[in-house]
Amino acid sequence: MPLIAQPPPPAGGALLAKLHAINAEHGYLPEEELRHAADELNVPLSQLYSAATFYAAFSFKPRGRHTIHVCLGTACYIRGGEKLLEKLETTLGVKPGETTDDRAFTLETVHCLGSCSMSPVIRVNGDTYGRLKADRLPRILKKYRGQET
Amino acid sequence: MKVHSRSDLETLRADGLSTLYPSRLKISVGMATCGLATGAAAVYDALRDEAAARGLDLMLIATGCLGYCQQEPLVDVRMPGRDRVLYARMTADRARELIADLARGELPAEGALAVIPEEKEPPAGLEPAGGLPLLNELPFYARQRKIILRNCGLIDPTRVEEYVARGGYQALAHVLLDLTPQETIDEVLGSGLRGRGGAGFPTGRKWQICHDAPGQPKYVICNGDEGDPGAYMDRTVLESDPYSVIEGLTIAGYAIGARQGYIYVRDEYPLAVERVTQAVARAEELGLLGDSIFDSGFDFSITIVRGAGAFVCGEETALISSIEGGLGEPRPRPPFPATSGLWGKPTVINNVKTLATVPVIISEGADWYAAIGTENNAGTVVFSLVGKVANTGLVEVPLGLTLRDMIEGIGGGGLNGKAVKAVQTGGPSGGCLPARLFDLPISYETLTQAGSIMGSGGMVVMDEDTCMVDVARYFLGFTMAESCGKCTPCREGTRYMHEILTRIVEGKGTPEDLDLLEEVARWVKTASLCGLGQTAPNPVLSTLRYFRDEYEAHVVEKRCPAGVCRALIRLVIQPDLCTGCGLCKRECPAGAISGEKKKPHVIDPELCTRCRMCYDVCPVGAIEIVK
Repeated sequence: MPLIAQPPPPAGGALLAKLHAINAEHGYLPEEELRHAADELNVPLSQLYSAATFYAAFSFKPRGRHTIHVCLGTACYIRGGEKLLEKLETTLGVKPGETTDDRAFTLETVHCLGSCSMSPVIRVNGDTYGRLKADRLPRILKKYRGQET
Repeated sequence: MKVHSRSDLETLRADGLSTLYPSRLKISVGMATCGLATGAAAVYDALRDEAAARGLDLMLIATGCLGYCQQEPLVDVRMPGRDRVLYARMTADRARELIADLARGELPAEGALAVIPEEKEPPAGLEPAGGLPLLNELPFYARQRKIILRNCGLIDPTRVEEYVARGGYQALAHVLLDLTPQETIDEVLGSGLRGRGGAGFPTGRKWQICHDAPGQPKYVICNGDEGDPGAYMDRTVLESDPYSVIEGLTIAGYAIGARQGYIYVRDEYPLAVERVTQAVARAEELGLLGDSIFDSGFDFSITIVRGAGAFVCGEETALISSIEGGLGEPRPRPPFPATSGLWGKPTVINNVKTLATVPVIISEGADWYAAIGTENNAGTVVFSLVGKVANTGLVEVPLGLTLRDMIEGIGGGGLNGKAVKAVQTGGPSGGCLPARLFDLPISYETLTQAGSIMGSGGMVVMDEDTCMVDVARYFLGFTMAESCGKCTPCREGTRYMHEILTRIVEGKGTPEDLDLLEEVARWVKTASLCGLGQTAPNPVLSTLRYFRDEYEAHVVEKRCPAGVCRALIRLVIQPDLCTGCGLCKRECPAGAISGEKKKPHVIDPELCTRCRMCYDVCPVGAIEIVK
């Protein structure tokens, strides 16, 4: 018999599913929730921390009400995705990974959204906008601001 | 109902046929992610609301992607007794007009792209009244052969009945009721199918190794972690035809003796996750997953794992460890997963497209499949033809076509008529091939010999406005960020190569840097632990090989021939052309442009970030890039 009993590993994919669930509920991973999840899954907290920092999908910081992902996949890159990013940076006054002071928007880049035929594209929350030119961005931002009032 | 037998499948099939080919008006809107990105949801709503307002009896369907993304949103109108017409670039306004026309019994000519021929009961004569070509006669489709994408854009992906109506689940019934696992493997072996994830390992051989490996339980995994930027074939299949992948995975499970399968889907593909989750639930409900499928005694279930945004997880050992415990780090091979994979057990891991092909091979036979393509490169592959090309979209062709057939024939040449300079295949693991090699036939071997790879199927076209040094730097920026950091050559080497490339694009590079770059690239290629690091130098090595003149222009003349690298260009407004419309002034993110209305504007070079936004928006072409 082993001196220290090993808990059985969680079922395949269970750990990521748990992190996704917390992230979906709170928009980020609050510490309390992670401690709770570690107990529930019977894994060390460090394992959750390590996974949470490994993947791009998770954040420890509270996020804006809307998340903008600017795609910088190859097709978007060569068709001007960077310009969309620059325009958003100056319009919102934030860099990728940051959230606007009013907590309306978090700006992120992503390595590919798989909408390459429509490049360049951005995604706001779940909505993808393709064949995008920078001059359409203000209208898109306005739409999400408008949803809040 | 539960499906126990072939006759139960017949019941599903009849149901599917009734919605695939109804006797009333049917409109299908392409609503995979690419359609949605260009306004398909607004089109769908407009069609629905206008039809309701006019009291038009209509069956309205959200279908998947037909592949011709350039023409999205695509709307397929099937009016009984009339040609089935595909409309392109639909808008909400035009959708309302379309309904008005249809209510009058008319098929409008505006926006009509082609007539879709139907397998079942082809309309007599098939001579479109308006002189429209058949869909399969358009240059974009003429050389295509759809096996993997057979149902994409033609069925309602949420209805298994329609999948069955187009031949689905016959293959699973056949293997479970008529074939032994070994006979199933033999069929796939005989077909010559090679893994469509990129490496091209024979699928049947992988299955055989896993089948023969000691150890229980065994697992099968579908790799849907399509991380290559510029590629979206797997997303399309998962969104548009999820049952083909589920059926293929179930057959793989039977062949190797696994009872548990996993489908790992990238986090960036929320619609794919939704569709495949829904499809697995429906298959369970019907007994097409679960205990004793077709009363054969074979049990099989599928768990869906959603990735979380890590490119390296597309590497099979990293993907496996991501399923096991959350962290996606690769491990050395051998042992290969076929003998020691998930939790150390024999595991087959196949790409989405590979698995979607399997049911067709079983149904049509190994010989049928082996006859398509060329020797050692049987079957079809799907490419995502994107970038600076006229027709973007998903293209499925038999292996052996040339790059020119793809880019000029199917793709229609460069975007806006510009000259195509290169094509990038295989994502960050691949390379850039110059236009003079476009007569190469596409196969795993030819592309590798030329310094690129087939990869999962990304094909990014580049024109004279693309700087190849900047592209190399882009890819190294990508692999540097996505390197998991476990092994030193990849972690440090990608960073170092990126540093050198940054120096070069900033005009600070020296001729010696090119040799240094090449040397580091060879180290990283040789010494890295997994495929990510081993192939990360390919974009550098291939551009150095074919576009050395561009590197030399950067380091010797401090000039960027494509006019891309910011430190090496200047933007000026030509006063004789500028109309003073003020558009550039409004769009400039740096506030570097000034000028009075209707008078020539000027750019302040101190403030200008050389983003070229003004160049893009100027309606009269007054902005000059000084190289």
